[in-house]
Amino acid sequence: MIEIHNIHKTFNGNKVLDGIDGVFESGKMNMLLGASGTGKSVLLKCIVGLVKPDIGSITYDGRIFTNNKLDIKQEIRRKIGMLFQGSALFDSMNVYENVEFPLRMLTDMNRAERAERVEFCLKRVGLENAGKKMPSELSGGMKKRVGIARAIAPHCTYLFCDEPNSGLDPLTAIKIDELIKEITMEYDITTIVVTHDMNSVLEYGDNVMFLYKGKKLWEGHSSTIMDTNVRELNDFIFSNRLMRDAKKIEQIEEEEQRQEDEQNAKK
Amino acid sequence: MKTFGAFLLFLSSLVKRGESPRILFKRTIDEAILIGIDSIFIVGVVSTFIGAVTCVQISYNLTNALIPRSTIGFMVREMTILELAPTITSIVLAGKVGSNIAGGLGTMRITEQVDALEVMGINASSYLVSPKILASLLVFPMLVILAMFLSILGGYLAGSLSGALSGQEYITGLRSDFIPYNITFALIKSVVFAFLISSISSYQGYFTSGGALEVGKASTNAVTNSVIAILIADFVCAQILL
Repeated sequence: MIEIHNIHKTFNGNKVLDGIDGVFESGKMNMLLGASGTGKSVLLKCIVGLVKPDIGSITYDGRIFTNNKLDIKQEIRRKIGMLFQGSALFDSMNVYENVEFPLRMLTDMNRAERAERVEFCLKRVGLENAGKKMPSELSGGMKKRVGIARAIAPHCTYLFCDEPNSGLDPLTAIKIDELIKEITMEYDITTIVVTHDMNSVLEYGDNVMFLYKGKKLWEGHSSTIMDTNVRELNDFIFSNRLMRDAKKIEQIEEEEQRQEDEQNAKK
Repeated sequence: MKTFGAFLLFLSSLVKRGESPRILFKRTIDEAILIGIDSIFIVGVVSTFIGAVTCVQISYNLTNALIPRSTIGFMVREMTILELAPTITSIVLAGKVGSNIAGGLGTMRITEQVDALEVMGINASSYLVSPKILASLLVFPMLVILAMFLSILGGYLAGSLSGALSGQEYITGLRSDFIPYNITFALIKSVVFAFLISSISSYQGYFTSGGALEVGKASTNAVTNSVIAILIADFVCAQILL
């Protein structure tokens, strides 16, 4: 479980994060939702330690991360896996070497153990035959899968995904979301996903935090997100025509159900 | 001053929580092969022709019949060892190696590969930059020695082929009044230049932000700043060490 408390961050006088609090539970898909430029990625970078918050604290399973000793930070970081927006695979290494890299750097595994783990992770993401390919030879979806394999290779406890399905076709995007969800539940990982894709939120999200202009405006379960009264959130959700149509259908169905119930009650 | 301070902080980050000696050694060897092998051709071509041109131009200017022709060999040797081999080679390498280092690191930065290392708990600056600096310190003196040899050979070939002086005269000039310290001086300069090129280029590349355009700018800045630093250091070394 990851807890964040009162996170503030300002860049050149521009307030990007304004007092964000939250709890991200393990075994669940915790979604950070919001439009572009609302501070989602900055918050994620604050949580993983790539950006230092001006004020606020972050704890990983009760262990303070912000302003702690470097050794403790390093220890926590070694349990972190991260899938970057552009996958961030190392260009000079092939797929196998990319997945093996954290094992080589962070663990005491010998060559055979590493090979076994790499093969397992590649198989888990459905890329068992792609080990010798270079990142430049991979499609966007394959790169994301390799990124996931690299993230989970050292048995990570926390998984962070920065817009995992951006730039992917809808079918591949669903597959990547499914994979992240499966891995989260299978290994009881604390997963935080930055997204602005409502399909991901509704289909695979558990807890959702909605950010707007650096502030947390709404937090709750994904099943209740369509029924909120927060104007900014509704504007965000229903800016998509499909979502508007879906809402209309839902309202019509609810109305029909209500009328049916009334008729049944009269009988 | 602010940039210089940031540069010093960057250098200090290389030694804080560095990688294990085993990884550092392996990475340094890999980088040394990349920097060294890839640069042999350009260093060879440039130094051979510089030696040849030096010989021809000295011969053209040496019109006094009282000065022996062997002086040409002597002057080519002195100019090559003291200045041309270490400085010109380093300027060439600033263009080739410096832009390569800055471009490579800049690309890694904008594609979040550096962030990926940091998230894993690896000191990215130490892992990526230290081996490049160590490899440069190791390889540059070797390339400068190669440049000295080829430059003097180029002078020999140009002198012989153009008829400016005989091979025997050239060798006589080469062997006269040789000061071994000059070689030491040249190698010290090559080490200083290696450090400047690799560290300045790494700094420019490591702190790239933006996109492909900024990577190009970082490479250009790396070369420009390295060349200026080489020329200043050249003067300082000459003042202090000669």
